[in-house]
Amino acid sequence: MADEVPKSQEMIRIDHNPPATGWMDTPTVIRKGMYCYAAKPQSVEYVGMPNPHKWNPEEEDWGLPENWVEIIVDGLRDRLDRFRSLKIFMDTCVRCGACADKCHYFIGTGDPKNMPVLRAELLRSVYRKDYTLAGKLMGKMVGARKLTLPVLKEWWYYFFQCSECRRCSVFCPYGIDTAEITMIARELLNLLGLNIDWIATPVANCYRTGNHLGIQPHAFKDMLDFFVDEIEDVTGVRVKPNFNRKGAEILFITPSGDVFGDPGTYTAMGYLILFHYLESMGLDITWSTYASEGGNFGSFTSNEMMKRLNSKMYAEAKRLGVKWILGGECGHMWRVIHQYMSTMNGPSDFLEQPVNPITGTKFENAKSNKMVHITEFTADLIKHNKLNLDKSRNDHLRLTFHDSCNPSRGMGLLEEPRYIINKTCNHFYEMPPNTIREQTFCCGSGSGLNAGENLELRFRGGLPRANAVRHVHEKHGVNMLACVCAIDRAALPPLMDYWVPGVGVTGVHELVGNALVLDGEKKRTTDLRGEDLPGMEDEG
Amino acid sequence: MNFLTSVIVSLIAVGAVLVVGTIGGAVPALHPLFGVVIPLLALAVFILGFIWKVLSWAKSPVPFSIATTCGQQKSLPWIKPDKLENPSSKWHVVGRMALEILTFRSLFRNTKMQLDSQGPRIAYGWELWLWVAALAFHYAFLTVVIRHLRFFLEPIPAPIQLLDALDGFLQIGLPGIIISGFVLFGAAGYLLFRRLAVSNVRYISLPADYFPLFLILSIAGTGLIMRYVVHVDIVAIRELTLGLASLHPSVPEGIGIFFFIHLFLVSVLLAYFPFSKLMHLGGIFMSPTRNLRGNSREFHHVNPWNPEVHLHTYEEYEDEFRDRMIEAGLPVDKMPADAADSAEKE
Amino acid sequence: MKIYDLGKVTVGLVIFFLVFTFPLYYNMGKATPPPEPNIQTEAIAAMSEPVCVENTEYMRANHMKLLNEWRTSVVRNSNRAYPAFTGVRYEMSLSNTCMECHSNKEKFCDSCHNYAGVSPYCWECHLQPKEMK
Repeated sequence: MADEVPKSQEMIRIDHNPPATGWMDTPTVIRKGMYCYAAKPQSVEYVGMPNPHKWNPEEEDWGLPENWVEIIVDGLRDRLDRFRSLKIFMDTCVRCGACADKCHYFIGTGDPKNMPVLRAELLRSVYRKDYTLAGKLMGKMVGARKLTLPVLKEWWYYFFQCSECRRCSVFCPYGIDTAEITMIARELLNLLGLNIDWIATPVANCYRTGNHLGIQPHAFKDMLDFFVDEIEDVTGVRVKPNFNRKGAEILFITPSGDVFGDPGTYTAMGYLILFHYLESMGLDITWSTYASEGGNFGSFTSNEMMKRLNSKMYAEAKRLGVKWILGGECGHMWRVIHQYMSTMNGPSDFLEQPVNPITGTKFENAKSNKMVHITEFTADLIKHNKLNLDKSRNDHLRLTFHDSCNPSRGMGLLEEPRYIINKTCNHFYEMPPNTIREQTFCCGSGSGLNAGENLELRFRGGLPRANAVRHVHEKHGVNMLACVCAIDRAALPPLMDYWVPGVGVTGVHELVGNALVLDGEKKRTTDLRGEDLPGMEDEG
Repeated sequence: MNFLTSVIVSLIAVGAVLVVGTIGGAVPALHPLFGVVIPLLALAVFILGFIWKVLSWAKSPVPFSIATTCGQQKSLPWIKPDKLENPSSKWHVVGRMALEILTFRSLFRNTKMQLDSQGPRIAYGWELWLWVAALAFHYAFLTVVIRHLRFFLEPIPAPIQLLDALDGFLQIGLPGIIISGFVLFGAAGYLLFRRLAVSNVRYISLPADYFPLFLILSIAGTGLIMRYVVHVDIVAIRELTLGLASLHPSVPEGIGIFFFIHLFLVSVLLAYFPFSKLMHLGGIFMSPTRNLRGNSREFHHVNPWNPEVHLHTYEEYEDEFRDRMIEAGLPVDKMPADAADSAEKE
Repeated sequence: MKIYDLGKVTVGLVIFFLVFTFPLYYNMGKATPPPEPNIQTEAIAAMSEPVCVENTEYMRANHMKLLNEWRTSVVRNSNRAYPAFTGVRYEMSLSNTCMECHSNKEKFCDSCHNYAGVSPYCWECHLQPKEMK
């Protein structure tokens, strides 16, 4: 796979000038490395989505039903009636172009159809043709075109080259949000069974087993038990997580990526260490195997699928009789929780307004949906001096922080993780202002695009982020990129290896896990990764 | 469609409007049509069309609370929230919307990306010209519109007289130079220039982008000509415009031809407005990423069509994995025997 | 037809409607007769055929421009002679030439200026003539 990806010296030669032919007259070529494989029919079928079938994006015949045009046209009408956002975003764009160079995929590819405005025009052109008088009468003059098979393929190609990061929406004078347009376009594509497998299979897995990776309950427990052993090796303390326990006060849900793959696993160990530390102070928390996924690939499929997967959180909270839910570090998970969850599956009156059992802090900001972000929780603990932290244990790290798209632009979680980093580490350097906080750049692999077969797209899309990391790497010797997102933790390591070798990736709670001084722990000679702590090397 | 075709098509369209307006002005018999009937119809189309469009948007609900948060959320009491960029109350939203509508807040952020493939290094510079031109354009347009009220109101209210005096404070030449007209023309000219000069903006531009620009440039141009070059009989014009505004139409003789061209251009703009991108005037007020609160965990947002969907229940889950859960020491709701019992009952 | 956010949308549309129809109700639909500048002065009555420095149509649209040119000519070039379209040469002077015939400022100048809402700054330097009844 990796040998098919162009070398970085080659990839960086990006021409941002558009071709001579107008975009409607420039055919879209579906190119290897830039797309994800088609959804497997079993996965589509498992959740009862339409038209499960085997197909290949590079083949001519996509196995569409006879009446596919009608399905899309009706589907679009239906969504126009249900989403005011779609109508406004279709009608108000003045094509000022402010969004154009804000998209990481455009910056990385130079493909004009990756400019947010043009990505939206792909759909808008068909909308005009079918739903506006001007479009019906004047066609191309007003930017309208007929829905044809090449147009549909173009949709598929480019709406799966958008990571729903919302950066364009920050700069748009009308707040037009390409994420919203992409979400709806993907809903339409799903009406024809045209999902990508990297989304469809996690969705099916999550529906069945409770998490994207399809980890069954006993295996989920096994993995956490493995972390328990690892933690004991490093700290000498044996932590004791519990599962599916009725009557617990708090239910903890985090993305399953943290249970499965490095370096997310170290973040999961961080959670376990923190919970163990707080246990004696009155924390009463449980993990669930049924709701064992914080992320929600349903949100990359359709709003209905998002609701179906998300429903497990409240259902499990109700079944276990907990008071509130604590959520782990994840990006799109928090967009769903913050902006959709209560609307879809609430109101959650069976829960109580979250209160931090250790500090007594009432989380006013979560009083309706009853779900607290773990960095809010931990920042509150640190502020109240409840944690004994040894910052020097992170001294081998020179950190910068990557704001994940959704927590920054779909929530506003900016200070909490920074506060924790500053309290657990001595060396923290911000990337340039145009690349962080609400202007942060995507990892290039968001919204279900973190597959293996589209590495070129991911590295191109991740270029702006990597470039900003490179800046602090060269200027401040930054060697670790912190983040609060499981997709980041999966996607950024290869991105760093490609563009900025020598920079690792960590979750914020891995830093907490390293710094937190446990009762009865042994002298730590390594961090959670088993890497030697300078000056603390094992004498034995 | 490449950009040259787009430009030519738009030029032809605006040219046609100019020709028709000229005919309307040149043939006295057509004066009642071009001076009274068409402007009133255009105004009616504008007002009704605008209302129709806004109602057509309002027919669709806002199912989810999807504010684009551009600043720190309201969370812990000691973390300062960014009230205007991430509003958590109605009044914060009003503030955010006011900034957006009155100062084009989002456009103010605009940056320009520059790639140096040697580094490689990507830099983002603050790019303010689009914001400056857009703001100048809109405020000049507003000033011009308000100033024109002098033609439609009797008596002329003092604030409009004052605005006129401010707008002409330079007191250069006679009739005195009025700044707003030139700013309008200049800013629209810059926006056109930018559309043609920046390759990516040129690439996305449609005839629907050039047409209103050419139209507005023509409106401003004919206005400037009438004021500074070919003078027209203001008193006669006011008789006509006041007649329109009081619905007692009268078409005096001796109004210059440029006036009819100007008026016809404006009529076309008004009638075109509701069916075009110019509806961003109404749209900005209804944009869900800007007019909703950002603290969507604190209040419950209702989706009127919240769908009934099939959920995979815990019972189904436990039924599938019960044996393995028991084996792993995980608690279960039903022991295998009970589960078999209840399965039989069903 | 269900309208969502009916209250807010209605308020917005009512404001929109009131703003863009402002002249209609401001004028209360009453017609205002256009001014008729009065040329009945003794000086004009004394002329066999009333004639100005240029024809009426030109003067209606361009008198301000003409006066401005006069001012430049007199102040900058000390040239006070203006050849009228009739061939007669007039002295370039607002107070002496124009106001000699149009001695009724209020009924002549002001009637239109007030109607059109313009306030020329002639009288910031020139002495306002005493009205002759």
